[in-house]
Amino acid sequence: MDEPRRYGRGVFLLTAAGGLSSLVWGKAVWSQVSKAVSPVAGAVAPFLPTQGWRIYTVSGSMPTFDRATWRLEVGGLVEKRLSLSYDELRALPRAEQVSTFHCVTGWSVQNVHWSGVRLADVFALAKPVPEAGALQFVSAEIPYVDYLSMQQALLHDVMLAYEMDGKPLPREHGAPVRLVIPEMYGYKNVKWLASVNLVTQPTDGYWEQLGYDRDAWVGRSNGYSS
Amino acid sequence: MTRYVRRFSRTERTLHWVNALGFFLLLVTGLILYLPSLEVLVGRRPLIKDVHFWGGVGWISALALVALLGDRRGLLRTAREFDRFDPEDVRWLRRRLPAPQGRFNAGQKVNASLTAAFTLLFLVSGLLLWFGERDTRFRFASTVILHDGLMFAALALLVGHLYLALIHPATRHALRGMTLGSVSEEWAREHHPRWIDSGDRG
Repeated sequence: MDEPRRYGRGVFLLTAAGGLSSLVWGKAVWSQVSKAVSPVAGAVAPFLPTQGWRIYTVSGSMPTFDRATWRLEVGGLVEKRLSLSYDELRALPRAEQVSTFHCVTGWSVQNVHWSGVRLADVFALAKPVPEAGALQFVSAEIPYVDYLSMQQALLHDVMLAYEMDGKPLPREHGAPVRLVIPEMYGYKNVKWLASVNLVTQPTDGYWEQLGYDRDAWVGRSNGYSS
Repeated sequence: MTRYVRRFSRTERTLHWVNALGFFLLLVTGLILYLPSLEVLVGRRPLIKDVHFWGGVGWISALALVALLGDRRGLLRTAREFDRFDPEDVRWLRRRLPAPQGRFNAGQKVNASLTAAFTLLFLVSGLLLWFGERDTRFRFASTVILHDGLMFAALALLVGHLYLALIHPATRHALRGMTLGSVSEEWAREHHPRWIDSGDRG
């Protein structure tokens, strides 16, 4: 009889080697595959369980939105403090954009359709004083908070988004309004916004205190350099 | 009267069920972390995350402990059985039947090797996710893709395994071997004739 072949360890070693090396090529291959199947994926995406998103929270429960009592407070270094109801926020000039959402953990969601308000239109009402050099975004999910410099906050596609893909922002995506800054990783895109405070300069937000970069530029921060 | 033959030792069965229990705990907690609809339903992400991570650490530790404290020599012999494919196994894989099989058929051997590799990869990618959240040096853009992809691959393997162990009429008798340790000699002679003929009853 022929000598037995060691296929068992072969299967084990090939699978392990393939898996471990995918730490290098996984994302590149996956994005090529996603691109190749995107016409199909676009059609079936609404039926997929995650639709590409992962929902990350840092506290025990997600904030709930009560339209009757909800307010967005705008304060700090401003001439006029604001306390906007949901309807008042929605009455501000409406902006729309399609942008890609990148998470620092490696996943991305292409072509997200956001609708909301540009910060410039909020500033037109609140009138930041000259010392105001940064914004503090406070989430209703305590203790989540993050900061943008004034310059970053006024990038052309930064917005306070209240709609996603044509529908009011779902609870898990930060209802009723979240910050969207596509140039930066998801952790800067604060969900469940409760207040925006003008301050002199940015400091470390929730994840930055845990070692993440304050300027979370996609592809050139947090150890990435592509 | 039905005669029974011993197919799995106590160590093998303990290892199997510890593995199954750990896998299901991690599958359930992992899905809560992964699927937005479950995340909304359950909430408590930090708690679930801790249960998932420490459950994973406990899973691997328990497997190592069973292997260390149990019948090591027997496990090594079983590992060698998984490793070695003789010409009948190759024929079985090519579906050139009949291809009389030993204690494990070639499909079970492939399943065992894949499961072992998946376990290693789950461990490595899981640790990288955990430490990567805390230290840039451990952060790779592809870790989450590997961990999630493994889940789908392992789930596919599990569905096939459960079908054969619980539903498929010809094979479900094998479950008795993994619970009580023994299977009917008649069934074994049909499915694993070379094992019965070898007289090796563990």
